Amino acid sequence: MSALIQLAMTFGMLSVLAVGGGTAVLPEMQTILAQRFDIDHTAFVHIYSLGQLAPGPNMMMVLVFGFEIAGLLGAAVVLLSFFLPSSVLCLAVGRLWNKIGERPWRRAVQNALEPIAIGLMCSGVYAVAKAAFVGPLTIGLGVLTFVVLLRSRINPVYLILGAGVIGAVIMHLTGMR
Amino acid sequence: MKSQETSIALAEPTPSLWEIFREFLLIGAVSFGGGIVAYERLLLVDKRKWLTPDAFMATLAISQTLPGLNSVNLALLAGDRLRGFSGACAAAAGLMLPGGIFVLLAGIAYSAGADHPMLNVLLAGVAAGATGLLASITYKIGDQHFRRLRALSMIVATFVLMSVLKLSLVTVLLIMAPIGLYLYRPRADEQEPTK
Repeated sequence: MSALIQLAMTFGMLSVLAVGGGTAVLPEMQTILAQRFDIDHTAFVHIYSLGQLAPGPNMMMVLVFGFEIAGLLGAAVVLLSFFLPSSVLCLAVGRLWNKIGERPWRRAVQNALEPIAIGLMCSGVYAVAKAAFVGPLTIGLGVLTFVVLLRSRINPVYLILGAGVIGAVIMHLTGMR
Repeated sequence: MKSQETSIALAEPTPSLWEIFREFLLIGAVSFGGGIVAYERLLLVDKRKWLTPDAFMATLAISQTLPGLNSVNLALLAGDRLRGFSGACAAAAGLMLPGGIFVLLAGIAYSAGADHPMLNVLLAGVAAGATGLLASITYKIGDQHFRRLRALSMIVATFVLMSVLKLSLVTVLLIMAPIGLYLYRPRADEQEPTK
């Protein structure tokens, strides 16, 4: 039982600290999991990679830690404690924002945040590219996807799956990455 | 004279909770390799037109600035605008369900000692494609901003602080927000409504 409480407190804290997403608290998460819950570095990296493979938000992997530590109940506790605090805060701020309504200074804040938001997205692309572009093949696939998406109306899902298949085939045949 | 309130206005009749859940479930299920925010923009602005581009940007900025995953925050805020609290729950639940199930199944398999080198091979191409997707959406969103010096310098400055100097997000915001507020401060003579 105390494991569940510890889980709730750990991930509740991480939730509030995760400004900009889960990557901000990954180091902290890894340390706490190692020190308090006996999850070693290898396991952490494995489960993190599983999370990257999974569809949807990339931090769903925290459920697996909960599961490893305290079964399905642990997974549920982690789910709630990692996502509720930040979500409540987000909804509250969102509603406050709407309540304020269109005002010159609110408009100014939005105008100021827009290029910042885009800059942050650019940083996101850069971070993802650093991990994903490991050789000419992956770079080529990424650029190709980029160009095709800008010029056509093909469903991105098909393109990305196609990139996966093409990538796997070419890698298998040539060893190129 | 129409008021500027249009930033929040919907272009479509209010969807049902089930529709919201289903649309986000779809995103949650197909977004392998990343780039969820891209899919969310495609859904909210293009496919269903539940948010205007302006409203999306505001929602995105809030999602990034506050703690929590950007994609989840986005879903919550969008769902809340559409159907209030239950809308927010429907959106977030839909988004997280497929990945949650996937990850638990994979985690159980991992506990049992399985390993999947084949999947890693597929993932390489998928991740590359997802990067292209994210880049294309960033390009689309930023189109107007990249052409204006003031906005472009803010974008570049933010990027440099984040990715080159590797400062924490909080630090970057503390630096860039005041600069932005100064550059975009409301002025009596400024008529142009930003998109």
